[in-house]
Amino acid sequence: MKYFRLFVLSAILTLATCDTLPPTVESETLTVFAAASLTDAFEEVGHNFEVANPGVTVRLNFAGSQALRTLIEQGAQVDVFASANTKEMDTLVAGNFVAADAPVIFLTNQLVVIMPANNPAGVENLVDLAQNGLKIVLAAKEVPVGNYSLQVLEKLDQSFGNGFKDKTLANVVSYENTVKQVVAKVQLGEADAGIVYSSDTVAAPELKKIGIPRENNVVAEYPLAVLTQSKNPELAQAFINYVLSSNGQLAIRRWGFLPVK
Amino acid sequence: MRVPYSETHRKVKLSIQSGWLFIIPGVLLVFLFGLPLLALFWRATGKDFFTYALSDTALAALKLSLLTSLVSVVVSLLVGTPLAYFLTRWEFPGRTLFELLIDLPVVLPPSVAGLALLIAFGRQGLFGSWLTLVGVTLPFTTTAVVIAQTFVSAPLFVRSARIGFSGIDPQLEEAAHVEGANQWQMFSQVMFPLAGRAIFSGAILAWTRALGEFGATILFAGNLEGVTQTMPLAIYLGFERNLDVAVALSVVLVLASIFLLAVMRKLEGIQVY
Repeated sequence: MKYFRLFVLSAILTLATCDTLPPTVESETLTVFAAASLTDAFEEVGHNFEVANPGVTVRLNFAGSQALRTLIEQGAQVDVFASANTKEMDTLVAGNFVAADAPVIFLTNQLVVIMPANNPAGVENLVDLAQNGLKIVLAAKEVPVGNYSLQVLEKLDQSFGNGFKDKTLANVVSYENTVKQVVAKVQLGEADAGIVYSSDTVAAPELKKIGIPRENNVVAEYPLAVLTQSKNPELAQAFINYVLSSNGQLAIRRWGFLPVK
Repeated sequence: MRVPYSETHRKVKLSIQSGWLFIIPGVLLVFLFGLPLLALFWRATGKDFFTYALSDTALAALKLSLLTSLVSVVVSLLVGTPLAYFLTRWEFPGRTLFELLIDLPVVLPPSVAGLALLIAFGRQGLFGSWLTLVGVTLPFTTTAVVIAQTFVSAPLFVRSARIGFSGIDPQLEEAAHVEGANQWQMFSQVMFPLAGRAIFSGAILAWTRALGEFGATILFAGNLEGVTQTMPLAIYLGFERNLDVAVALSVVLVLASIFLLAVMRKLEGIQVY
């Protein structure tokens, strides 16, 4: 009995102190913080990058760009940041988290109005958003798409007049934290309508949508940059180069994003 | 006759030599709780604390939080007390399963609770579609906030009340029976007072849990200032908007919680015979 216990103890100690597998390939991890709207596109791009670079693991974290920027400011260890607006990237440049010449716009996006598949409130035109009793869900104004939504409503107000913007905002029942939550609430049929990116409709094709005319729409520019704190800046730059390459752009384009003008 | 708790429970003086085994782990835990709170208060001092803490958003959130959590606790008391009494006094088939169901929300992640509530009572939900027929929609309402809070906090209350009721000496019950007490008299004059301390501490626990509820609220009720934006939601969004706003709101919530806790502990400190 005494020897059995000794054996177990030494077995545990041995396993704890030695590597379980002999190292074959250098494993590197790249941490990428990306805007929630990039979820599907970057998961594909990240996977492709891993396949093209054996031994590299791409760790992706998706959330509202404003939330990611706050986390980086609070000390999160990140290599690459992709934001849905230039505001969050500029804040990081001002805080010296990103070099001033590092950010590069790698895609653009536009807004669209979405309704649940069965369109419970019968929304047909943009003017209908102002009708009484409609339940609209937007992203909070701190979230890039939330801010863009307000800009679009302002532009539409100038086209439609008649207090369109105020009436529409009075219909808002919830301000969500990321664009994907807006999509989810509309998919579940909880909201009659929501304003999201046109790229979000690719992942949710069952939703009905109304396009917004170019003169009333915004062009959302998405910047991408390596962070100054990155422990592996070459790998980070390689990832960015891949995103900018024709293969990367093709994958991104498939998810509904638009090229840089 | 009411006797202060401290007279019936004397605390033994702890000497350092014998007590170090208990003190060291205890101190570590106290640091874990105390240091973050200290840092929070330190960060909040000066700057524009009162501007943020008394802003419209903060006051709206605080008012909503206090209102909804209060309603939620009252609901727990009204519905949970008879339930706890029922569970301790009656044997019935499937009782264990029933108790498991009541305990489940305590260990369930709040976001799971929120999602389940949405799928059940959402506008196109399993049961929500029936509610819509009678003109009731729950998501995005203050009622939904109360429901979410009650879902996560009532089980904590029921647990505590159950412990209180099951700790009552059955001989006291029998004595009351012999004296001719009916069901209601038995409950209101014997059982409830005797389980009073457990019920009070259960109510405190449920109240603080309801005050701090976030995951189920944001999924089921949504986020709209004055309607569904409780303090935790305001803090979460304030964190991204402006860190100092979030810190100010957090300090307000901590102070409000400390005040509530102190009031309830004062009430609880009275031993009832």
